[in-house]
Amino acid sequence: MTAQAGAARPARPRHWRKPPLIPNPALRWGLIVAVLAYLVWGIGDLEFDLERIARGIPRAFDMLGQMVPPDFARWELLLDGLVESLQMAIVATAAGAVVSIPIGLGAAANVAPAPVYWLSRGYIGLSRTFPEVLIAIFFVKAFGFGAFAGVLTLFIASTGFVGKLLAEEIEAMDPGQVEAVRATGAGPVHVLLFGILPQVMPRFIGLCIYRLDINLRESTILGIVGAGGVGAVLYNSFSRYEYDFSAAILLSIIAVVLVAEWASGVARARIT
Amino acid sequence: MLRLEGLSKTYEGGIAALDSCSLEFARAEVVAIIGPSGAGKSTLIRCINRLVEPTAGRVVLDGGDLTAMSHRQLRRARREIAMIFQEFNLVERLTVMENVLSGRLGYVSILQAAFRRFPPHDIDAAFALLDRVGLEGFENSRADQLSGGQRQRVGIARALMQEPKILLVDEPTSALDPKTARTIFELICGLARERGLPALINIHDVGLALMFAERVVGLARGHVVFDGPPAAVDEAVLTRIYGAADWRQTLRREEPEAGAGSARREAAS
Repeated sequence: MTAQAGAARPARPRHWRKPPLIPNPALRWGLIVAVLAYLVWGIGDLEFDLERIARGIPRAFDMLGQMVPPDFARWELLLDGLVESLQMAIVATAAGAVVSIPIGLGAAANVAPAPVYWLSRGYIGLSRTFPEVLIAIFFVKAFGFGAFAGVLTLFIASTGFVGKLLAEEIEAMDPGQVEAVRATGAGPVHVLLFGILPQVMPRFIGLCIYRLDINLRESTILGIVGAGGVGAVLYNSFSRYEYDFSAAILLSIIAVVLVAEWASGVARARIT
Repeated sequence: MLRLEGLSKTYEGGIAALDSCSLEFARAEVVAIIGPSGAGKSTLIRCINRLVEPTAGRVVLDGGDLTAMSHRQLRRARREIAMIFQEFNLVERLTVMENVLSGRLGYVSILQAAFRRFPPHDIDAAFALLDRVGLEGFENSRADQLSGGQRQRVGIARALMQEPKILLVDEPTSALDPKTARTIFELICGLARERGLPALINIHDVGLALMFAERVVGLARGHVVFDGPPAAVDEAVLTRIYGAADWRQTLRREEPEAGAGSARREAAS
């Protein structure tokens, strides 16, 4: 039977090509042409100008030259800014961590009733739609310049970030462990304490440490829109052409961020 | 003690897992529930403590209708219905002691639970149970460090920690090797007799069921098709439960051991 079918089949071609990603040739070539045309138009429209680049490069080198050597003379101002950034990051992370637990529970489909679920998901979606700088601009307008607006920004961003990832962890937990605790006659809070939290706690702590690391980096930039921290000092130094001081600030920020990233990595690796 | 009246469960999608099952468990005896996969054994067990909500019928435990209870009442009732699971269902990241003590969660406050401050008599009972199931010295081990047999021992201790009126056991040995399976099954039956507890045990291993149970319930396609003593289980009964197959091997192999099992029962009673 199969031998007959094989004999009846025409000889197979001896060349083979991988089928294209988009089978329809008109659509395939149409897309390629459209993307190329848009790129040509886009480069023209953005005034992509070689002459400007040529003039800009020496200026950039000039600026870099003025940055060396970095000027740490006003280290007190710098330290104040850094300490404020650090405070903003720690306060926002701590408050955000606490608030993200109910949000994470609310946004877990296997735990929360439908209305709570959609409310929590809505909040998370909203808080993650806008970049931190946009939220910060809004809060600076609403509450005035300073660290308070920055802390509030980082707090909102933290609850969205930790809440979403915590919810995913809760949705992925082992239902059997929860079922067993429920079967003993435990109430909802007891089930949370003995069945759910033990399963998600290591991930939650890891997320909080990771978020502290992110908040520290963000807090150095929020000052540029007036939301406190070392960013404000950096922005001022740039606008006053004090590039040597700018360099000192940048080096300090890099140092702090590197240390934070290293510490966060070490801490997260130790949690199981 | 426990009475099931016309218990039915139809899952979403229209699969009737359990179709009007009526059973009465009046004495403290070990009941083995046997039947092919998908016969409704797990559904039956889970409908009793409403981990699965039955679609029709009643579950009456000591006069109280579990199916008519509010969530609060159900939680109170569940404190006296202990369950042992196929996959052990221990909270993996908690210690053995926390897992055993979780059998008392229905009796402690939220603060006691949060800070693991259980009353001294619960701690005493937990240590005594750990000794009884052969896990002395393991109280501070994390559940995920234990072997399968050890985990099921913790599961047994957690169930008995509830001081239940009845023991529901869902395939306690399917995840274990044959020798461990037998030891664990013996342990469960032994403890149920020691404490005068009725035990409903779902089990795939017909040999073990005939060896240790005092009563056998056969389930097929959601119906009770057999209910009687192990001695009454013959080829015809097994064919009724599982469908036609050569059952001589299954029955013959267990005959001498079944004799030993009944001797043990006499000694225990």
